[in-house]
Amino acid sequence: MRAMPDHAALYRQLYTIRRFEETVLDAFPKGAFYGTTHTYIGQEANAVGVLSHLHAGDIVFSNHRCHGHFIAYGGDLRALFAELMGKATGVCGGLGGSQHLHWRDFYSNGVLGSTAPIAVGTALAEKQKGSVAITVLFLGDGAMGEGTVYESLNIAALWSAPILFVVENNHIAQTTPTDLAMAGSLTGRFAAFGIPAAEMDSNDVADIYAAAEHELAELRRTRTPRALVLNTTRFGPHSKGDDTRDPTYIDELRATRDPLTLHATQLAAAERQAIESEVDALIAAAYAQAEADPVPQPAKAGI
Amino acid sequence: MTSVLESLNRGLHAAFAQDERVYLIGEDLLDPYGGAFKVSRGLSSQYPERVWTSPVSEAAITGVAAGMALRGLRPVVELMFGDFSTLIADQLINSITKFPVMFNGAASVPIVIRTPMGGRRGYGPTHSQTLEKLYLGVPGLRVLAPNTLSDPGELLRRAILEQDDPVFFIENKVLYPKAVQDTESLKDFDIDLAQDGFAPVHTLRLKGAPAPHLTLTAYGYMAELAREALTRLAFEHEIFCELVVPSQLAPLPASGGLEASLAASLQHSGRLLTIEEGTYSLGWGAEQVARAAQHLGSRLLAARRVAAAEAPIPAARSLEEAALPSVEHIITAAREMV
Repeated sequence: MRAMPDHAALYRQLYTIRRFEETVLDAFPKGAFYGTTHTYIGQEANAVGVLSHLHAGDIVFSNHRCHGHFIAYGGDLRALFAELMGKATGVCGGLGGSQHLHWRDFYSNGVLGSTAPIAVGTALAEKQKGSVAITVLFLGDGAMGEGTVYESLNIAALWSAPILFVVENNHIAQTTPTDLAMAGSLTGRFAAFGIPAAEMDSNDVADIYAAAEHELAELRRTRTPRALVLNTTRFGPHSKGDDTRDPTYIDELRATRDPLTLHATQLAAAERQAIESEVDALIAAAYAQAEADPVPQPAKAGI
Repeated sequence: MTSVLESLNRGLHAAFAQDERVYLIGEDLLDPYGGAFKVSRGLSSQYPERVWTSPVSEAAITGVAAGMALRGLRPVVELMFGDFSTLIADQLINSITKFPVMFNGAASVPIVIRTPMGGRRGYGPTHSQTLEKLYLGVPGLRVLAPNTLSDPGELLRRAILEQDDPVFFIENKVLYPKAVQDTESLKDFDIDLAQDGFAPVHTLRLKGAPAPHLTLTAYGYMAELAREALTRLAFEHEIFCELVVPSQLAPLPASGGLEASLAASLQHSGRLLTIEEGTYSLGWGAEQVARAAQHLGSRLLAARRVAAAEAPIPAARSLEEAALPSVEHIITAAREMV
């Protein structure tokens, strides 16, 4: 029997990612952070819906837009703020920054598509070692322009890697609409390699949760690769201030496809508000802690 | 006699026998073929579970191996030609060598990427190059190049089993059939053996030779040419040289230091001639000369480089010969320096 999702827990995750990312975008212009960032606002339901089904030891590979995946994986908020601030207490001691995180079995890299063969390799390694761990790889529509992704799909299918390819199609790569960058279809790409691919067009975490539950159960049963294409929406800029889209289009997306609004209906108003206040306080505390944390020593970086 | 090829093959077999975390991924690996240059022969029969013949996807197999290494295995990648290393450059530079540091020491990538480099086989511009200079200086990448002076297979075995850093292992094609030297074949030389980590550094001089006029340094197949040149310079021109042969090309000593054997030889000779099969400018030899200059200051009396022409390597035998360094080039350069 399928377990019912814990709607309060899902909402808490969605809201945590949202508030984290809003805090990042608010604080960036004030000089709190250094470098760049890519926020996950609008896509929260994907990370939360998929990663709710992880087992201990499962591996996650993420990309440049990794904060939401990291938080849904269970990553620490203070450590993530600290990483973005370049602090010693950061996820990677300030060496990685926003795009390069590693904690437990979670890895991210900002070079699009480069993670595909590596993720396949981790899945194959676990299989060879006789472990039951599977790998989840998050890719965006932009990464599907990279040739190494297709080499990796071929090898994953050929060598039966236990990996779920999750493509988050937010319909825009930096400023380029997917229509200008992609021929054919996303599911067709997986079909060409004999990899079963499901496709969804929803920002409702309950839908994604159910789809991912099915895909991951099948993946664990068959130990062969699968794909889940999630058509989604990015409400924010690619990084900080580089959104060239019409603001009225963004407003419309926010009005109709906001994962928080969509899922809020599952909760009583009082319960939702209680979660929000609690998370607001946690995020404020995590931010303050990170801000007070020390900067790293150069020796740690091999300098 | 053991050839370099046999030695490398034995080294791979020994690594597989010793540690079941060792895997080999590459193109055309299956017996009876055993890889395009036969270095991997016999492995697929003996270890079918751990030898994976792959699609023609250099970037992906390198990435797959990186993922395996991240998860505790010790994979070896065979790249059919070193020229194809350009296809794995992203994995090498932006993932494999980055993870150990950018993940704050919490990840390691113990991978060995082996590949043949070099010309003299008539394979033309895209299958004859010596490209390792492109990867020297990538932080976190250890670049090894065996020679005939010690056991190449042992260097490979230790790189696979003992080295947690990513290793790029350069095998010059022309070295494969050459004999691994022994005390008998090297009986005319006094040899000092030093270690750079587990990588040997040999210093050769002719027995009974006076203090050296000139220090030669070369690695891989170029060390063969340099040894021949050293002998001829002594007997035909009464120019006495020492030859320093490293088998680790990178990393070099920290803070611009000069490798100890080279420093010791230069103390006597004050003159440095570097020999490499890569192109002339901005290469391995240039780095050695720069370090010698920093180390010796005005005591460095002369420095030169012998290297390949700065042009694509032609397919025609006569043109290929003209493009690549030769014993004659070394002798000419040495005579102009002393």
